[in-house]
Amino acid sequence: MSGPRPLLRPPTSPAPGARVLVLLCHPALHRSRVNRRLAQALVGLPGVTVHDLYDAWPDFDVGVAHEQALLDAHAHVVFQHPFYWYSAPALLKQWLDLVLEAGWAYGAGGTALRGKTLTSAISTGGAQAAYQPEGHHHHTLEELLTPFSTTARLCGMRWRTPFVVHGTHKLDEAGLQEAAGRYRAMIAALVGEP
Amino acid sequence: MGGLLPQAAVYLGAAVVAVPVAKRLGLGSVLGYLLAGVLVGPAALGLVGDEGQDVMHFAEFGVVMMLFLVGLELEPSRLWRMRGQVAGLGGLQVLLSALVVALPALALGLPWRQALAVGLILSMSSTAIALQTLAEKGLLKADAGQRSFAVLLFQDLAVIPILALLPLLATPGLSTAGGADAHGGGALDALPGWLHGLAVLGAVTGVVLAGRFLVRPMMGAVARSGLREMFTAAALLIVVGVTLLMSLVGLSPALGAFLAGVVLANSEYRHELESDIEPFKGLLLGLFFIAVGASIDFGLLRESPARVMGLVALVVLLKGLVLVGLGRGFRMSRDQGLVFAVALSQVGEFAFVLFSFAQQTGVLPASVSGLLVAVTAFSMATTPPLFLLLERLVLPRLPVAGPPTREHDVADDEPPVIIAGFGRFGQITGRLLRSSGVATTVLDVDSDQVDVVRRFGQKVYYGDASRLDLLRAAGAAKARVLVVAVDDHGKAMEIVHLARKHFPQLAILGRARGRTEAQDLVEVGVEGVYRETFDTSLRVGADALRLLGWNAHRATRATQLFRRHDEAAMVDLAGMRGDQDRMVASARERIANLERVLQADLAEREELQDHGWDQEHARKVHAADEGR
Repeated sequence: MSGPRPLLRPPTSPAPGARVLVLLCHPALHRSRVNRRLAQALVGLPGVTVHDLYDAWPDFDVGVAHEQALLDAHAHVVFQHPFYWYSAPALLKQWLDLVLEAGWAYGAGGTALRGKTLTSAISTGGAQAAYQPEGHHHHTLEELLTPFSTTARLCGMRWRTPFVVHGTHKLDEAGLQEAAGRYRAMIAALVGEP
Repeated sequence: MGGLLPQAAVYLGAAVVAVPVAKRLGLGSVLGYLLAGVLVGPAALGLVGDEGQDVMHFAEFGVVMMLFLVGLELEPSRLWRMRGQVAGLGGLQVLLSALVVALPALALGLPWRQALAVGLILSMSSTAIALQTLAEKGLLKADAGQRSFAVLLFQDLAVIPILALLPLLATPGLSTAGGADAHGGGALDALPGWLHGLAVLGAVTGVVLAGRFLVRPMMGAVARSGLREMFTAAALLIVVGVTLLMSLVGLSPALGAFLAGVVLANSEYRHELESDIEPFKGLLLGLFFIAVGASIDFGLLRESPARVMGLVALVVLLKGLVLVGLGRGFRMSRDQGLVFAVALSQVGEFAFVLFSFAQQTGVLPASVSGLLVAVTAFSMATTPPLFLLLERLVLPRLPVAGPPTREHDVADDEPPVIIAGFGRFGQITGRLLRSSGVATTVLDVDSDQVDVVRRFGQKVYYGDASRLDLLRAAGAAKARVLVVAVDDHGKAMEIVHLARKHFPQLAILGRARGRTEAQDLVEVGVEGVYRETFDTSLRVGADALRLLGWNAHRATRATQLFRRHDEAAMVDLAGMRGDQDRMVASARERIANLERVLQADLAEREELQDHGWDQEHARKVHAADEGR
């Protein structure tokens, strides 16, 4: 950080040549191992805007106009967060409730998101084997992410295969590095897509 | 040149002309003052005559003030940690230099007593030149600066035994007026030895006790009077008082002032004292250097230039070599060792005193002491150019040392946040930061407040934060955030402008009374603007809504939406205030401002809703859809 950081201006503006909007959502990023590493892996990627939701709207007072403008400026949207209780941290739900307005995101005249893509980048404590019909959680991740994929469909967005880091409790440094590299490559590829 | 004012004009004029020029040429202020002195002295313009010596005595007071300031910077615990360096390094420097200088003196034909006296006297270095030069280069806190300081401190202490020792070295028959009885000039010298010792001890204890128990209530009373010049007067009184007391018992006033400074280093008035004494110190030191320049005896130089210059070179070289050796022995890095050596290589102002004393007591013949006084003055003039050479030619060629390893110490000394104004507003901010483990430097002008808060262990300083020197002393150049929480809006704006101009790295968070004041802050472009009653008023509004039966979350959301709308309006409207608005009475401006805000409220009423949670809104959209 070079100069003093402004508090008065809007928190995030689109990166130059913006293509991919990563909505980073972690209520205690300073204590996160995986999500912070993943977000760091995107630093310097051209065309990628990383928007830290808990930093932008710490009191859940999500700025709807600001968020809609951000969405407008990008072709691809990624929800990046830990997989809390088979879903996202609370602020992302608040964000969905407030930002994806009827008449803007869906319903009559709600075409703002049409043609964009949506995907999730999530981390889970459990291993991949736990997310099977006969596993610990009784469902696959694709099943559990249905609320997100269905949201995408309703808004006319294309749902893409999610990016998943499994078994974060047991992940070592080499594993973290591998995951970060994989994530960077995935997002970089997304930048180049129409 | 009779009269005080013409003299003052000569000295001030010389300084104002010579020093900026010297600085521009990269020569440093000390050399500038010395050149100014030569210029007005008998050698050139002759504007200053014999009174140069008297002026020098008066100006030595600047050295006293400098030591007081140095003491203020040095907390007792740090001084205690330095004790090994002071005794070891300082003691060795004086001893070795005295020996190394005495030997060639012996070889040049002086009897051993005279040679030893000359060695002891020439082993002294100039506190004024060394510290001023080091400070100008920002090296005081570096290793070389710290060690130079330790040595100078020991020399100050050593003057006392040297004064006692010199009469024992007297050559019978040489003594002039009064002889061996003309001791250091203290009024108590007639006393028997043990009583004198007791008086010295009493004086030192007195300084410590007064610093602990007398100065703080005195400064408190002065501060409550609210007169700035009283503060300056009190600060000067402290220094003058200590000087008087010390000369009374025959101790070095500089040493006494240093002690007083150390005692006050933990006081909340430290910054304030510092900035009050600083300009006097600067001027008097300048005067001192000018006087040194003016008193350089060019006549002696014309008669036997080779002899004088040879001696100067020899003395500086020998002292420098001893210092380089000590630097090696004490494991200083090469660059720091060289800085240390050059900084202390000249002969100091104490030598002037000691030579005249040695001549009076019959230790040295007038011919020898006269010559060596000239050598002393010239040696002082060698330090700035030697430093230039060192800086330009030698240091750049040395391998670069690693990064300083003592960062930790510094971080502790330099809190990242400065809070200007520690009243009911700043306190809460400070407490939150403190309980979050973030150190703060606090500046406040209310001495009672400062007193209370201090008792609870917070680092609080008394002072007016709209003064640049005080902000600088509080570490504004290194801090990251400045919270401006002073009551007075004019003062707050002054602080903000100062900080913006001189410390651009500081993020500024400004407290404002109301919207108009907040807009002033927005226009300067600070990082955060806070109307002091805004949040509380919003909470009252939310609670009123709840009492009317609103669900708490609905009331909270209303507050959040209103806050965003209002803050945006405040920023927008800040740019729209015409010059005329600022000219008219502020009451009218306030009303005009309110009108604009109320209009904006009306216009945006529809916007202050959460459509996402509004079934009515979704239904409307659906109905429109089906209707198509």
